[in-house]
Amino acid sequence: MSDTTSKVNAALWRRGWLRGTLTLTPPLAWFLVIYLASLVVMLITAFWSVDPFTNNLVHSWNLDNFRQLFTPTYERIIGRTVGMAALVTVTDAIVALPFAYYMARVATPRVRNLLFAAVLLPLWASYIARVYAWIVILQDGGTLDWSFAKIGLGAPHIGYSNTALWVVFSYIWLPYMIVPVFGALERIPASLLEASADLGGRPARTTWKVVLPLALPGIVAGSIFTFALTLGDYITPILIGGARSTFIGNAIYANVGVAGNLPFAAALATVPIVIMIVYLTIARFLGAFEEI
Amino acid sequence: MTGRIGAVALRLWVAAVLFFLFAPIAIVILYAFNKSNVQSWPIAGLSTRWVRVAWHDPQVRSALWLSIKAGVLATAVAIILGTAAAFGVHRFKFFGRNAVSLLLVLPLALPGIITGIALNSAFTFAGINLSLETIVIGHATFCIVVVYNNVIARLRRVSGSLVEASMDLGASPIQTFRFVTLPTISTALVSGALLAFALSFDEIIVTTFTAGAQNTLPLWIFGAIRLGQQLPEVNVVVVAVLILTIIPVTISVRLTGRAGIK
Repeated sequence: MSDTTSKVNAALWRRGWLRGTLTLTPPLAWFLVIYLASLVVMLITAFWSVDPFTNNLVHSWNLDNFRQLFTPTYERIIGRTVGMAALVTVTDAIVALPFAYYMARVATPRVRNLLFAAVLLPLWASYIARVYAWIVILQDGGTLDWSFAKIGLGAPHIGYSNTALWVVFSYIWLPYMIVPVFGALERIPASLLEASADLGGRPARTTWKVVLPLALPGIVAGSIFTFALTLGDYITPILIGGARSTFIGNAIYANVGVAGNLPFAAALATVPIVIMIVYLTIARFLGAFEEI
Repeated sequence: MTGRIGAVALRLWVAAVLFFLFAPIAIVILYAFNKSNVQSWPIAGLSTRWVRVAWHDPQVRSALWLSIKAGVLATAVAIILGTAAAFGVHRFKFFGRNAVSLLLVLPLALPGIITGIALNSAFTFAGINLSLETIVIGHATFCIVVVYNNVIARLRRVSGSLVEASMDLGASPIQTFRFVTLPTISTALVSGALLAFALSFDEIIVTTFTAGAQNTLPLWIFGAIRLGQQLPEVNVVVVAVLILTIIPVTISVRLTGRAGIK
């Protein structure tokens, strides 16, 4: 090793802060210069407007974009989005709990590992492929119509509606709920459940008084994902939804693309940000951050 | 614990959830080998006809190529910056350390459309044309945290005394990194990189706002579904994307036994 290299090495080893600065600067610079700066530009853009004739950005400060958010059209869109996100979150929590309970407390270690893999696979498997699968299933003459006919029921005709959207959203984000709930349930000491039983707690009471409260941080952690992912999605509403399926994401998408009103799109984008800040604050309070 | 009926009900519930999770995936895979160009169920018969058509479609090929380029470049950036961030946060105590972890997770905690429109506003503001580079910038921003999570989880489990022993025995920091630290984090690093690639390869929301006129594979699929055109080809391409995201995550789980949430 050359003399200079060893000098540099020695200097680096003696000065911990120097190494710390050298390793942290590139990733932090990336996030500050690219990500945070972009968020700031977006927030500033939200106060500008677009010249209706030339479609150019007009750098004049005003609150018009935000005022427009409080018109009935956009209040309805925001309400619908939050309502759907809440519905999907509750659905996924209900579906995930027994499943995660079985994984964590009943299954043998081998089965547990298999089930864990069975949840991770759809979690990481292509989003667009899983949404497309539902188009194929829900379309007229698709798998669902066929199955209903086989068991002697009429075609359900839920394609291109908010009902279909509810099913598909719940489907795509379900693994995000199962993983943290499983984590929370796995950590419950068996002695707690035994103590409850010894003290005369029937299974239902133990579930209600012991398991559920201890699963709550996991449910809240999972709900951060199911809620945030539903809140910003516009692909699934476009592909699965119908005439009444305009969500915040769709409105943002339409204003960037077709309408070319970037400032208003930016103002709309602040809505999910504010909702998520409120949500994360509550989640932190409920101890969800240890579960992610 | 639970009564007999409860135990049976629980098993049935698990079976139903597994069916719910995998039936759609199975169906879409079957459709890729549909003989007919009609989309109705049950499919007319099996054939590889549309696989060949999709493979020779120049639009599909160029979209695939763009997705691979973007995925590889974004993963490369994520490996470098994610590992650096993990080391920095793990090894050094400093003011605002928790803020750094929060900052890294932010692109995944906030809806993707926020990242998308923020980057789009910034590129518009700075007069940067949308291109492969802007796609890579967008993807790397949310891929960094995946590598970071994997590497820092490993660092927390490896004893710091290994590094100290190496230094005490006279190894330079570079030698210690090469012969002690790198081998201990290598599987976590590969696992993180594979997950980052899978995430990038499939991403559609941020990409919409950073790609401009070009199509990645998910964007091509989205466009084709909206137009209702080339659906037999879409069936095939969708399954190709599915497989290309499942393979990395499978290897990743094998390597580390875990693969956290995105």
